[in-house]
Amino acid sequence: MSTQELVLKTEHLSIQFGGLRAVDDVNLEIKKGELYGLIGPNGAGKTTFFNLLTGVYKPTSGRIFHNGKNITGKSPIEINRGGIARTFQNIRLFKNLTAIENVMVGLANQIPCNVAESIFRLPRHKKSEKEFYDRALALLKVFQLEEYKDYLAANLPYGKQRKLEIARAMATNPTLLLLDEPAAGMNPSETQELMDDIAFVRREFDMTILLIEHDMRLVSGICEKLTVLNFGTELAKGETAEVLANPAVIKAYLGD
Amino acid sequence: MNFLTALFNGLSSGGTYAIIAIGYTMVYGIAKMLNFAHGDIIMAGGYAMFTTLLLVGHPIPALCVAVAFCVALGVFVERFAYRPLRGASPLAVLITAIGVSSLLQSLAQIIFGAGSKMPLQLQVSGALKLGAFSIHYNTLITLAVTVVLMVALTLFVKYSKVGRAMVAVSEDRGAAQLMGVNTNAIIAVTFGIGSALAAVAAYLMLMKAPSLTNTLGAMPGIKAFTAAVIGGIGSVPGAMLGGILLGVIECVSLSIPAIAPFTDAIEFAVLIVILLVKPAGLLGKARREKV
Repeated sequence: MSTQELVLKTEHLSIQFGGLRAVDDVNLEIKKGELYGLIGPNGAGKTTFFNLLTGVYKPTSGRIFHNGKNITGKSPIEINRGGIARTFQNIRLFKNLTAIENVMVGLANQIPCNVAESIFRLPRHKKSEKEFYDRALALLKVFQLEEYKDYLAANLPYGKQRKLEIARAMATNPTLLLLDEPAAGMNPSETQELMDDIAFVRREFDMTILLIEHDMRLVSGICEKLTVLNFGTELAKGETAEVLANPAVIKAYLGD
Repeated sequence: MNFLTALFNGLSSGGTYAIIAIGYTMVYGIAKMLNFAHGDIIMAGGYAMFTTLLLVGHPIPALCVAVAFCVALGVFVERFAYRPLRGASPLAVLITAIGVSSLLQSLAQIIFGAGSKMPLQLQVSGALKLGAFSIHYNTLITLAVTVVLMVALTLFVKYSKVGRAMVAVSEDRGAAQLMGVNTNAIIAVTFGIGSALAAVAAYLMLMKAPSLTNTLGAMPGIKAFTAAVIGGIGSVPGAMLGGILLGVIECVSLSIPAIAPFTDAIEFAVLIVILLVKPAGLLGKARREKV
């Protein structure tokens, strides 16, 4: 398969912190429309891997391709503008902005309007503000958050905060969505709702999704393919059912 | 009547403090640094105004030139003195800011000399009289300008793309970057807005007391910084409240002969008391340390 048909491809991706190789020679290929899972025990390097993909860390070696373009070493801003959006393991909403304003921040690069236009209230300011509001509201509706639109993000129920983070990420118009432990801290019914939402996002937006998860039920329920990381290296990868049946994976998770 | 006059004077000089304090507090909130050169931007604005007055002789173009000059200077200083230190220790940035402050003061002294300049054209004479009670037009103009600027700034922060991005950057710079927000541009805009406000403050100060030296911004800068801390540094409404409060305390204290000589001490004592009771300032949020 050529690089062009893959939404994401990493080649020998590694990062070293002092004597620790937190991510070590990871090769990942995600095709358009796939829902791909990245699992592994605590400290396996999953979030570090996300930080590499989004430009928060620069890799020690290896390369990253997004839709065939080499994005290795680009800044988080460039990578987001290039179409990779993410959520966070510990929710990082803008707590003093309302739900709808959070989504409007995500929309910033989609709608043109500069500082001078806003300060002097030129016609385009009003037009763009209306567009920001309308498009943010439409996104909140998609995620059934419209009744919370004027709540400060900090005051939303936990499960809704997770959803709002996904909505904000979707506002940046990505072609690849990275979800970092979206079910962390959720009860079983919230997890079920989240699984439905992820499936919905994928259908509705024709989205390619890479998700980090601990919750095996979520992983086996929705991911088609998995990569298992352990101590930064790939322990196993392939179809979900095969990977979860792999004795090495079971051992890494449950011990001997 | 005396008290009422003092109150109005206080509101007006408090307004000037508030306008300066907003510059400190926005930069602190968004760039997470104390820009101790902010007061000297006021001084630079004063000299820009003075020079324009010599050439044109009318206060309105002088104000426009000063605003443009201060915006350019603020953005320039941020770009070349502070941005290279992004991510460096806060102490390095603080020392740099103090260095920029000395540099600007010295440059002004080299260019304009040490003597005080008198841009008298900025003064507005006359007063509004209501029976025995009179308010100087200067005071009224300052109050009106303060109110208009604060409303405009509040609307800008709340209802514009850049304003929302400012709040986002002040809360979580990393997350904002990952949402595609150009944090360097937002920080530059913040310096620009703070510096534009500093130019307006220079106008208001020189309108009241037309004596311009290279330390014009030093004491008002410290007072306004105090105001920002009283209100809760990082909070724009806090800077407004702190500025007004400080101005009123100052003018009321100055109007009472028995305590007038201790006015500065009283102002800073208020700061100490407020910080003892509310360590984060009046409108600041107490931050819990993550454990």
